[in-house]
Amino acid sequence: MAHIALATGFLLFLIGLYGALTNRNLLRMIVAFTVADAGINVVIVAVGHMRGRTAPILDGAVPAAEAASRIIDPVPQALVLTAIVIGVGITALMLAYAYKLYEARRSLDIGKFMELKW
Amino acid sequence: MIRRAAALALIAALGALLLPLLLGYHPDEALNLTACYYAERTAADLGAANIVTAIVVTYRGLDTLGEVTVLFLSAAVVGLVLARGRTATTGGRPRLPAGELLTTGSRLLAPLIMLLGIYIFVNGHLTPGGGFQGGAVIASGVLLLLLAEPGRRLGHRVIALVESLSGLAYVAIGVAGLVYAGGFLDNRILPIGTLGELASAGAIPVIYSLIGLKVGAEFSSMLANLSETEEL
Repeated sequence: MAHIALATGFLLFLIGLYGALTNRNLLRMIVAFTVADAGINVVIVAVGHMRGRTAPILDGAVPAAEAASRIIDPVPQALVLTAIVIGVGITALMLAYAYKLYEARRSLDIGKFMELKW
Repeated sequence: MIRRAAALALIAALGALLLPLLLGYHPDEALNLTACYYAERTAADLGAANIVTAIVVTYRGLDTLGEVTVLFLSAAVVGLVLARGRTATTGGRPRLPAGELLTTGSRLLAPLIMLLGIYIFVNGHLTPGGGFQGGAVIASGVLLLLLAEPGRRLGHRVIALVESLSGLAYVAIGVAGLVYAGGFLDNRILPIGTLGELASAGAIPVIYSLIGLKVGAEFSSMLANLSETEEL
């Protein structure tokens, strides 16, 4: 089970990276980066999963005294919460810059932006 | 063609690097030391039922303050980048009005979506959810309003006010923790209460509500800025 989630995450990461490398359109590159981002998040959450345990929330089914033997690892989930939020901020920034580049050149083709190429 | 082949080769090499990680992975049988500490101490020390919330808001509260700051910075830069050179006139091409269905539907749904967002961040210490999730839900309600009325200009002053006031209150609660409890952002400035009740876990519901308002305002301002860019 954990292996399936892990493999899905790695696969999403590779697909996203491939998309970012091969697409010439800035918007498609941004979408590809978000796919890679989602893949990494899936990997981190999958690493925290443990067989036969439940979510790290204490209630009637998971009394506080037995928590350590009943819940999965909460730390990766807290990490991914942060990562998702930062990912949204980065995506918004990339979209804003893409808009500005389009405004300057009337094109979203990455091949039209040669200034920093060596 | 060469570019595509080079990209494929690179991806294959990366995949080959990741494959041993995948095949050699064995899930842990027991929690590691850090997770064990959080699992055992959260209920007694902080009174929060949701351990992830306890980590995000209190144990690693300073990191969350930094995260909110990063989000604020990116919202501010989006506003700055898009506002520069924007024409003052609201003219440009007149936008197509939204359909009847969307307009009527948004009148029913937008308040409910806002209510759900508030529910999610107020109950962040008891159920899955919290400030960031609730804030994102609130921003999705704002997005619905923007879609229903494409010409609408959101009140940037209101958004900025909500955002800065909640940020200020967040830091003020953190400093209060320094004075009245164990340290910066300590939640025990308020009584911990009974595990599982709404008014429990000290300052965690207050802090997460402030984070929810702040995140909702930041996402809304990003959406408003992106939607107010003139069509080229």
